[in-house]
This record gives sequence, C-alpha cells and structure tokens, in this order.
Amino acid sequence: MESVEYSPNTPLEYQSETGRLNILGFWIFLGAEIALFSTLFATYLVLVGRTAGGPGPEELFEISGVLIETFLLLTSSFTCGLAIHYMRNHSLKGVFLWIGVTLALGLGFLGFEIYEFVHYIHEGAALTTSAYWSGFFVLVGTHGAHVTMGIAWISLILIQLKQRGLTPDTTRKVFISSLYWHFLDVVWIFIFTAVYLYGMVM
Amino acid sequence: MKLDEFFVTGDPLIYGADVSIALTMIGAIFVLTYFKKWKWLWTEWLTTVDHKKLGVMYIIAAVLMLFRGGVDALLMRAQLTVPDSSFLDANHYNEIFTTHGTIMIIFMAMPFLIGLINVVVPLQIGARDVAYPFLNAVSFWTFFMGAMLFNISFVIGGSPSAGWTSYVPLAGLELSPGVGQNYYLLGLQIAGIGTLLTGINFLVTILKMRVPSMKLMQMPMFTWSSLITMVIIIFAFPVLTVALALMTFDRLFGSHFFTMMDGGMPMLWANLFWIWGHPEVYIVILPAFGMFSEIISTFARKTLFGYKAMVYSMVVIAGLSFLVWVHHFFTMGAGGAVNSFFSITTMLIAVPTGVKIFNWLFTLYKGRIRFTTAMLWSLAFIPNFVIGGVTGVMLAMAAADYQYHNTYFLVAHFHYVLISGTVYACFAGLYFWYPKMFNHRLNERLGKWSFWIFVAGFNLCFFPMYFLGLAGMPRRIYTYGIGDGWMSLNVLATFGGVLMGIGFLILVYNIYYSFRYSPRETTGDPWDARTLEWSTPAPVPHYNFAHLPEAKGHDAFWIMKEEKKQGKAPEKKPYKPIHMPSYSGVPIIMSVFFFTAGFGMVFSWHWMSILGLVGVLATMVIRSFDYDKGFYVSVEEIEETEKKTTL
Amino acid sequence: MKSFFALSMFLAVMVLSGCSNLTVLDPKGPVAEQQANLILFSIGFMLFIVLVVFVLFTLILVKYRERKSGPEYEPPHIEGNVFLEIVWTVIPVIILIVLAVPTVQTIFALEEAPEATSHKDPIVIHATSVDWKWVFSYPEENIETVNYLHIPEDHPILFKLASADSMGSFWIPSLGGQEYTMSGMMTELYLQADEIGEYRGRNANFTGEGFTEQVFTVTAESQEDYDEWVEEAQDAPKLTQEKYNELMLKGHTEEQTFSETHLQWVDHGMDAEYATKVRNGESTDEDESSEMDHSEMDHSEMNHDDSEKDSEEHSH
Repeated sequence: MESVEYSPNTPLEYQSETGRLNILGFWIFLGAEIALFSTLFATYLVLVGRTAGGPGPEELFEISGVLIETFLLLTSSFTCGLAIHYMRNHSLKGVFLWIGVTLALGLGFLGFEIYEFVHYIHEGAALTTSAYWSGFFVLVGTHGAHVTMGIAWISLILIQLKQRGLTPDTTRKVFISSLYWHFLDVVWIFIFTAVYLYGMVM
Repeated sequence: MKLDEFFVTGDPLIYGADVSIALTMIGAIFVLTYFKKWKWLWTEWLTTVDHKKLGVMYIIAAVLMLFRGGVDALLMRAQLTVPDSSFLDANHYNEIFTTHGTIMIIFMAMPFLIGLINVVVPLQIGARDVAYPFLNAVSFWTFFMGAMLFNISFVIGGSPSAGWTSYVPLAGLELSPGVGQNYYLLGLQIAGIGTLLTGINFLVTILKMRVPSMKLMQMPMFTWSSLITMVIIIFAFPVLTVALALMTFDRLFGSHFFTMMDGGMPMLWANLFWIWGHPEVYIVILPAFGMFSEIISTFARKTLFGYKAMVYSMVVIAGLSFLVWVHHFFTMGAGGAVNSFFSITTMLIAVPTGVKIFNWLFTLYKGRIRFTTAMLWSLAFIPNFVIGGVTGVMLAMAAADYQYHNTYFLVAHFHYVLISGTVYACFAGLYFWYPKMFNHRLNERLGKWSFWIFVAGFNLCFFPMYFLGLAGMPRRIYTYGIGDGWMSLNVLATFGGVLMGIGFLILVYNIYYSFRYSPRETTGDPWDARTLEWSTPAPVPHYNFAHLPEAKGHDAFWIMKEEKKQGKAPEKKPYKPIHMPSYSGVPIIMSVFFFTAGFGMVFSWHWMSILGLVGVLATMVIRSFDYDKGFYVSVEEIEETEKKTTL
Repeated sequence: MKSFFALSMFLAVMVLSGCSNLTVLDPKGPVAEQQANLILFSIGFMLFIVLVVFVLFTLILVKYRERKSGPEYEPPHIEGNVFLEIVWTVIPVIILIVLAVPTVQTIFALEEAPEATSHKDPIVIHATSVDWKWVFSYPEENIETVNYLHIPEDHPILFKLASADSMGSFWIPSLGGQEYTMSGMMTELYLQADEIGEYRGRNANFTGEGFTEQVFTVTAESQEDYDEWVEEAQDAPKLTQEKYNELMLKGHTEEQTFSETHLQWVDHGMDAEYATKVRNGESTDEDESSEMDHSEMDHSEMNHDDSEKDSEEHSH
C-alpha cells in the first residue's frame, strides 16, 4: 500500500494513506461544523429583537471596528493560501513567513474582537443582559473561540515544522489547519452579514 | 456544600444502590488484584485501539446500562401497578423516568448498536481496522465517561428530573435548581463528542477502507445502514451539542436563551431538541434494519430481496428524518398549515418503511427458514414493528394527535418501535455475531426461552398501553386514582414488564452458561452465512485478514463458497507484512479529564473544570506531537497465527 | 402462531378494557367527536395493513420453514421484482393520501368554532396554568375560578391558553384534544360540550413535582344553570393582586371563586416574567416602573376594560 509510486505532481500531504484519509475526514468534520454554526445562526436570528428593554445592536455596533476585523481575517485567509502555495513549492521558509503573517493577522482580529466585546459589556450589553445578547455573544464568541483554537493549533504545527521540516505528515497537518482557517473565514463572512450588517440596518 | 447535600440521602432504595455499587467495585478490584490482571486490563483493553475490542467494550457497557434502565423501568411499573401507590414519591418517580429515557436512548441503544457496528462493519468490508483507530478509542472513552458522569448523579448530588426531553422552563435554573439537570447536560455533551467522532470515523472507513473490489452497491446491508446512520449523526449531533451548550450557559452563566426572563424563548429548546431528536430515532433504527436484513437473509438462505430498494428507502428515511421534528409538538398551536405540512412529511416515512417490510417478507418467501435465536428475534420484529409503525401513522395525523399526545398511546407507540426495532436487533445481532466476538455461540435452548418470555412480556406490557392512552392516562404521572379505571391494564403491563426482566436475566445467565459450557468454534462460519466477516477464521486475528478478500457481489462470502464448491479454490499467495496501529493510553486519560471537567461544571467548581479542560488540551498536544506510526506484523507471526486458527 | 398470539392478546385486551372507559373514543362534544371519527377511520386502515402483513408473514413462515422443506431444498436466487416493489410503494401512498385528506380537513376545522353552533358567539375563557393549578378567567362575566370550570352545553367556548411558568398542556379528553400553555405566548382552543355532565380536565404536559395532581373539573350544565352560577360567582370576594400573587407560588390549592379577573394586572400570554418576579419577591406593580411604554400599556388596558364593560351592558 505504502509502496505505490506517486507522480511528482502529487502534493506531499496526499502521498500517504493517512494523509488522504485525514484530509477527507477533516472535510467531513467541517460538514459537522457547518451544522453547528447553522444552529447557532438560527438561534441568533430567532432571538433578534428580544432585548427585554435593554440596549439593541443598532445602538452599539460600530462599523469601523468590525470592518477592521473583517479586513484582518480575510487577509489572513489569503496569506494562509500563500503559505500552502509555498509548501507545494517545498519552500519551508515561505511557509514559515506566511503562516507567521497569518497568525499575526489572526491575533490582530482576536484583539479587536476582545476590545469590541469589552466595549459592549461596558455599555451594558453582556451575555446575561437579554436573549438577544446571549445569542450574539455565543455565536460570535464561538467563532472567536474557534479562531483562538486555530491559532494555538497552528502554532503547535509550526513547532513540528521546525523539528521535522516538510514531510508527508507535517504538510498534512499544515494543509488541514489551512482548511480550518479558511472555514473560519467563511463563517465570519456570514457573521458579518447576518449579525453586523443586518443588526445595523435593523 | 455540605456532605449530606453532596451525597443523596434519605431513600432506602438509593442506600441499597450505594451498597451494591460499593460492593461491586470492591469485588472488581479484588478479583483484578488477586488474579494479577491489572496490567492485562491496561495493556489489552483500556489502551486498545482494536475495533473488535472497542466494540466488545461498547456492548458490555450497553448491557450494564440496559440493566440500569431496566431496573428504572421496573420501579416505574411497580409504582403504577395499583392506584394511589406510595412506593415512590413524585420526585423520585420523576427522576426515574428521566434517567430511564436518557439512559436507554443515549447510553444503551446507541452504544449497543455502535458496538456491533465496531465489531462487524470493518470485517464486512474487508478492512483491517477503521480509518482512525485512535479516534475510535476516544469515541468509546468519551461515551463511557459521559455515561458514568450521568449515572453517578443518583448517588452524588441527585438525578435530573425534568424528563429526557428536558423541556424548559421546567429544566431551567428557576424551576429545577438542583445539580441533576447539569449532570444531564454534561453527561450527554461528553458522550456526544464520542458519537460525532464515531460518525466521521465510520463514514470515512466505509467510504475509503473497503477492499478495492467492493463497489458501493455491493456492500452488505448492515454496512449500508451504518453508512447512512453516520451521515445522520454528522448532521444531527452538532444540533444537540449546541442545544446542550446553550442550556448549560443558561444554567451556569446566566444567559437567556430559554429562560422566561429577559426575552428568552423556551420553545426554541423544543425545536432544537427535536431537530436532533427525531433523526436520533433513525440513528437507532437504521442499523437495526441493517442487522435484520443480514440475519433474515442468512437464515432464509436467500439473497436479500430488492437490495437497491432497501438502500434507497434508507436514504429517503434519512432525508425525511430531518423534516418531521414538529410532529413532537403538534399541540403547540403552530397553525393549520404548519401542522398539515409536518403531518404529511411524517406519514410519508411510512412508505419507505413499508417497502422494507415487504422486502423482508419476500426475502423469506421461497427460503429455507431456520429458526435460530437470532432469527427468532428478527422474525418477531416484523409483526411487532408493524404494530408500532401503523400507530405511528395514527400519531402523525395531527388532528388526532391532539388526543394521543402526552398519553400512554404515545408511550406504547415508541416502545413498540424502539424495543421491537432497536432492542430486538441488539439481541439478534448479539446472538448472531457472538461467535465472531467470543469464539463460541450462545446456548440456543436458553436463548429461545429468553426470547419467548421477553417477547410475550413485551407485548403484554405495551399493548395495553395503547388502550390506557385512549382511556386518557397521561404519561409521566406518578400515580392515579381508583376512579380513573386504569388499574386492570396497568396490572397487565406490570406483569409483562416482569416477564421482560426475566427474559433479560435468562440472557445474562446464558452469557455465563455459554462461556462455561458452549463448545469453542472450530470454523469462522457457524451459521453458513453470506458476508465477508464470516470468512475470517476463529478466533479473528487482530489484523482481521491475512490476505484481503475479494468481493464479487453483495453476498461476497457466499459467492466465495459457491466458487469453492465448484472447485475454484483461490490461489495461495505469500503473506506480506501488515501495518497496524499502536495502542495508546491517551484516549482514556483524555476522557478522564473530560469527566473531571464535566464534574466540576456540574457543581460549578470552576477550578476543577479548568483543571479538566487543561488536561484535555494537554492530552491533545501530546497526541499532536506523537509521530508513532504503528508497527508491522511480520510474516512469521502471520503464519504462526494462521496455523493456529482453523479454516 | 405469532399472529394468533397477537390476535388473542388484542381480544383479551379489548375485553379487559371493556371495564375501563376509552374516554377518547366516547366524545361528549363536537371537537372530540371529529377527532374520534378520524381515529376510528384510521384504525380501520391500520387493521387492514396489519392483517395483510400478519397473514403473509404466517403463510410464508409455515410454508418455507426448514422442517417442512427439508435440508436438501436449495432456495432460488431472487434479487427482487420491480412490479411487486412498485405495488407495495404505490398502495401505501394511496392509503396515506386517503388518510391525509381528512387529517388536513380536521386540522383546519378545529381551528374554528364548531360549525353546528357557529351562530352563537363563543364564550371566552382564559385558562392559565401555574405550578400546579389552573386559573380560569371569564373576562366578560368578570369572574375567576381556580381548578374548576363551568360551561353551558351546546355553546362554543374559546379557551385562550397561557402559562405563568412551566409549559403545560390543557386537556379535557371527553371534549377534545389538548393544546400547550406557554409563558409569554397565547394559544387558542375551541371546545364545546354537547351533554350535561362532569368531565375531568388536567395538565397533560409534565411540569415537575406536582404535575400528577394538576387537575380540574369541568361542569357542563344547561344555559339557565350556567347563568345562575355566573351570578353567584359574581358575588364572590374580589380577587386582589395580593391574593393572586399567592396563587403564583408553587403548590396545590383547593377550588376557589373570585369576582374580577387577574387580566387587569397581567396577561401571561404577553408577560412571561410575572410569576418569577412574584416568587423572587420583585416588584410586579406596573405603576412603579418608570418606563414610558409600560405606563402607556396600563392606560390602554384600562380603556380596554371599560369598553368591555360597555359591550357587556349593551348585550344585556
């Protein structure tokens, strides 16, 4: 099984049985994640407007901060793609550079998001304020927690890259984590539309 | 918190349980120490990633849970036998039916089926293991720890008592302030992680690990049913994860998803719960359908009638299962259009199910029917499931459902489908595949006794309940008055329940008896069966197949045997080293940390939950840095093993 | 053998259940009657299906058991039969259509007042479940009862259902099917009694410890008796908010009668928080709250009350 000859064009991460299985499995896992986020979105949308007399989103949302977050995360998705490009070209240096940029952008996104949350709580809109804000914090917070997990996970993979270089195993991990990162980007686009844009025109 | 609040006190039944738990644990520790089995237990079982051993552990856990859930059921029957009984008080009764429902669905039915899937499916598709053996162990241990967390609630802190559906506001913090509901939320959450991983694992296994010659439309029906079940799991379980998490936030962190205060929306819970809950019903019934297909085909000595229709009908059922959840609360007043829509989608499920029933009947037609115990369970399924099915259609008719809803008519219906579907299948599958797991058969004589007593008891217990429902007896009441006129049927039901208990005990005795006295298997194919798992020798080597078998149709092993009879013996090829995964202690340790985190959250001891979660993350990091690639089984070892086994 | 067993069981149960009354199939009003008719109609089809399967099942098992065919018999290889499979797909579809049509018709019919008495204005009764009792308010008659109901026969009743706390289900099996009571949400249910009598009503949806005893009695009586009862009840002590707040606490209580209704302070169909606030000792008095919209609501409610009184006077 392991002794199959691969054409030189087959990416490293697809050259082992484990690699192919894990990548497929991860795609399926993302399917489950879609179901998870769909449920959170549905919950959020059902609870829109149920502010129990407290502050609503139209009073608190500020477009500038959200636009910066969006810009950071979308760019990080692009740089993450560049990292995979360099990985396919067997350039460990390029991988390090662009994953590093991706992580920095991700951290920037997180920083702005935490700042945003603290700001809302300061203005009297917390998880416990009303059903609407519960929905908001858990939906956006779950995405934020995913980003945090992603940053921690990719950092660990960077250490392994440093230890082992580009092998079928490490490239598999980089590739899978990049799928995860792009997925979070897509989820954010929905959050941006369904939560922030919709919340501001409400 | 004081100690007497921590431990549940004041009830003699629970003291009895305390003592028996303590004695069992002391007994187990003593036996393990006396026979010096600790190391064996750790290296052979607790750290295993072998799908056959994990499957066996799933089944053992499920049988234990069946016992616990069954005791709950008998306590309920004891309480309801006569009017105005004071055997249990209202609170205790509420706890018992809550744990009965939760345990039977989440910790008995699913693990029993997943256990059989674990043992059988890789063998049926000619695989040497599942796609992710390590994750498979994580699945088992998170299920097990989730089940344990849920189960300790009745001695530590108190059991949940809001029903297995946990409708809010009743299950919310204001109306259920104790820790019981937290146990429900966290026990299910932890076990749910395992189920989702199983879903992904077996979907990839079935798609990618089949022997190359086996096409999709040649897979055994049990494999097909597992594949479809896994797809349902992947899309349904995240909904449960979210629902449980939201209620946990409500109870522990003061959010307002389902509360009455500050804009919360209690009906949202009912919707989320049943968007998961209805597909869940099909998660526990489709594998049962698959097993019946295998067993009926084997003992009718005929190939399955309408193979393609069987596959497509399961696909249709799986699709419809996501479109019917509102029928669990037709009485919510959602309006005529909504109720009509969900009435019709629900009734539609009867069509593919009916197709399957007739296909089974015509598999039997012109067959040569052998009444083994496994076959008896499968045959009894047909008439009993039809009764459950037609009453299901009656319940689907929303206008009539306003009268059935929340009554014993409903209770009778879902026990008819879940027991004669899922439980019969578990028993049938256990008898059928027992020789694959333990290298000897279960005794047929005891098996038939247990079968007849259980099936008679089942019908006696649940058939009267249809009439109790029509007589206006609501579910979940802990007692009734003599004037209600429900006693005679309740006496009958209790009598039936006792018979079911006896049937179960005979099954357990049969396990012991057969372990002592059944002759060991000399062939891997005791039933003259049809699918690839029976082509493995007895006992099954840990690498399953020395040579990968070849599949030429959906009764692959039958075809191999036919060809052998015609003198076409497969040529002997030299063995090659086989790659196998290493065992790992990480899954069980990770799950212990999950348990710790869950237990901490139940009591809002945040230091403990944080400790547990850090532990979980640490084990994940350890796993990430672990580049163990498994090992190769050498040709010598294969030759040695193959000589010992007999084929 | 199996089907004989099931059949004899069925008969045995039928005989036994002769002693107990199948309330649902013994309707005392047009709503329950429509439902009973639908149930009996469906049972007919279901028995037919069960019979077909059981007969086929028994015949096949008897004919093709190994003891009869002998161990030499080798079954033929049959992969399926497209014609047969179409037959047992199409026939169930037809049966389902036959069942779906009256189902949908009945679903919509039950959303309106019973046809036979549609010329009469329905009596409106607010039924509110509170752990673990039932509060009934007659806004037009201006009376409120706890744990019992009086209704005139042959007169449609429109129940407006809500809950002060946990979700209950309002069910009088002799008169018709149930409907949920929920906090902060109002559902409606038409029922009617065609026969004078005492009926049992209860909460059918689990609400915790006191659920089993969360029951009430329904007295259906002639119009004259009913009018008499209304007049008597109007002389009962006034319902004060203090008294009403006592009812909000968890527990059981005996039957009670009041003049005036709680609707002047709270409509549980709009306000999900009332009972919780009472239990937590928080203020429930709307006047004390400084918010504009609340005081406006009070005002409109008062107007509403006035206009209702007016219309009552006109009708008399």
